[in-house]
Amino acid sequence: MKQYVIIGNGIAAASCIEGIRSIDTEGKITVISEENHPVYCRPLISYYLEGKTDSEHMNYRSSDFYDKMDCQVIYGKKAEKIDSSAKRIILDDGTLIPYTSTCIATGSSSFIPEFEGIETVENKFSFMTMDDTLALESVVNKNSKVLIIGAGLIGLKCAEGLKNRVAKITVCDLADRVLSSILDKECADIMQTHLEANGIEFILDDTVQNFDKNIATMKSGKTVEFDVLVLAVGVRANIELIKDIGGNFNRGIIIDTKMQTSIEGIYAAGDCTESVDISSGEKKVLALLPNANMQGKCAGVNMAGGNETFEKAIPMNSIGFFGMHAMTAGSYYTEAEGGEVFEVKCGDSLKRLFTKEGYLTGFIIIGNTERAGIYTSLIIERTPLETVDFEMLKLHATSMAFSPEIRRNKFGGVV
Amino acid sequence: MKRVYVNEEWCLGCHLCEYNCAFANSGLNDMVKALKGKTIFPRIHIEGNDKISYAVSCRHCTDPICEKSCIAGAITKENGVVYIDQNKCVGCLTCILVCPFGALSPNENGVMQKCELCLNNSCGEPACVKGCPNKAIVYEKR
Repeated sequence: MKQYVIIGNGIAAASCIEGIRSIDTEGKITVISEENHPVYCRPLISYYLEGKTDSEHMNYRSSDFYDKMDCQVIYGKKAEKIDSSAKRIILDDGTLIPYTSTCIATGSSSFIPEFEGIETVENKFSFMTMDDTLALESVVNKNSKVLIIGAGLIGLKCAEGLKNRVAKITVCDLADRVLSSILDKECADIMQTHLEANGIEFILDDTVQNFDKNIATMKSGKTVEFDVLVLAVGVRANIELIKDIGGNFNRGIIIDTKMQTSIEGIYAAGDCTESVDISSGEKKVLALLPNANMQGKCAGVNMAGGNETFEKAIPMNSIGFFGMHAMTAGSYYTEAEGGEVFEVKCGDSLKRLFTKEGYLTGFIIIGNTERAGIYTSLIIERTPLETVDFEMLKLHATSMAFSPEIRRNKFGGVV
Repeated sequence: MKRVYVNEEWCLGCHLCEYNCAFANSGLNDMVKALKGKTIFPRIHIEGNDKISYAVSCRHCTDPICEKSCIAGAITKENGVVYIDQNKCVGCLTCILVCPFGALSPNENGVMQKCELCLNNSCGEPACVKGCPNKAIVYEKR
């Protein structure tokens, strides 16, 4: 009987379990969960603060999931080391767990830079996990003044989640704009204006010089008084398990299209890995929930002796703040890089489509996001734009832009 | 399994399917009360121009990318039918970002909705099919 060990208990782990069970209903599955929670939807922590969901609805799978999948979960323990020659996992309490194949699904952790005086700050939090969220929730009240370091996806969702529960929120970032990893300056300015109209204050192009208890002094000389600090500067893939035993890694664990690492019997999936972004051909950490799901499933199938590949990863985000939605996907090439950009503005909506060498490589849409998945699929499937009516697509995402034959297959066939 | 299929050669672009869908999912038994004077939020939409039209609703994909991508774990597939649990949905619109057919849209409260083949409403069979005057939408095994 095969013994599968999954290190981590997030999205990639859940779909890895499902992948294994789609092939092997007999083998033993053990999940090592550092967090004391069954698999939950990590991106929903801000919606929890906002009151749009609760801990029960945040569960990623039904309450009988692990039973139905016949798998054992070890909660509150950490995998310290993989002994790949003896094929066993060593836990932090010394327990040894043998494996036939294992999957590293350890996700990522907050990266906390060394700010001077940070140790003098009493209430400081990361915003990555349910426990971070509960800890943060326990200290905020309607008089709280919150300082969030980092105007990226995590920092801004945290700001939105806290908005109606606190007195004041200031977000600062070293970048000159919000959401700098997914939006260009003009689109970021639209989002920033909207966030400001909803009461979020920004200090951009600036960073904290030092903290002194509840005062942050910025490089520019500005000071911010706060009583709750959220550190959302960035995340780092948790790669230690593979690094410690000489496996290949870069910023994330390096895997092939079957999710196999450089060491036999060890797979990896989710935010701890690097994938090839097919919109650019570059290897990068694509820490996104859909990616984690698809990689986990693929890893599980292969661990159980099946044969599956996953090679359609692209960066993509759908993110909204106070009713304004932004969707982004793929890579944005400038003219100097051989790219072309088409822009359509209509009322409050803005759409930018980025193309290169006859393919759609990326887009940014703010406002009207109807049927945006049609654009996403053109990027993922590498559809040559000469085969579609791109002039029509510039205006609207619609299946009318496909040839009648393709369209009839889409809506008249099994897909 | 049986799915809803569309024959664009027969579609008149009359939008009746949208009204029948909105009524079937309204929970009311009077069409006038359900729809009159209201903006409707159907789960099927007519697309097209003056020459071609066709109805777009969930394809109930063999391997649904919306299910894999839902950040709330709200989309599931059971017996071939793709469902959305509206109590879990937080309205992030990731499903819109990934659906290659443009088949999902939010309801009046910003919660996502999709065709569930009328299996969970009082109609019991796809209302769009039942009411299509030119039989351009069918419910069958292919």
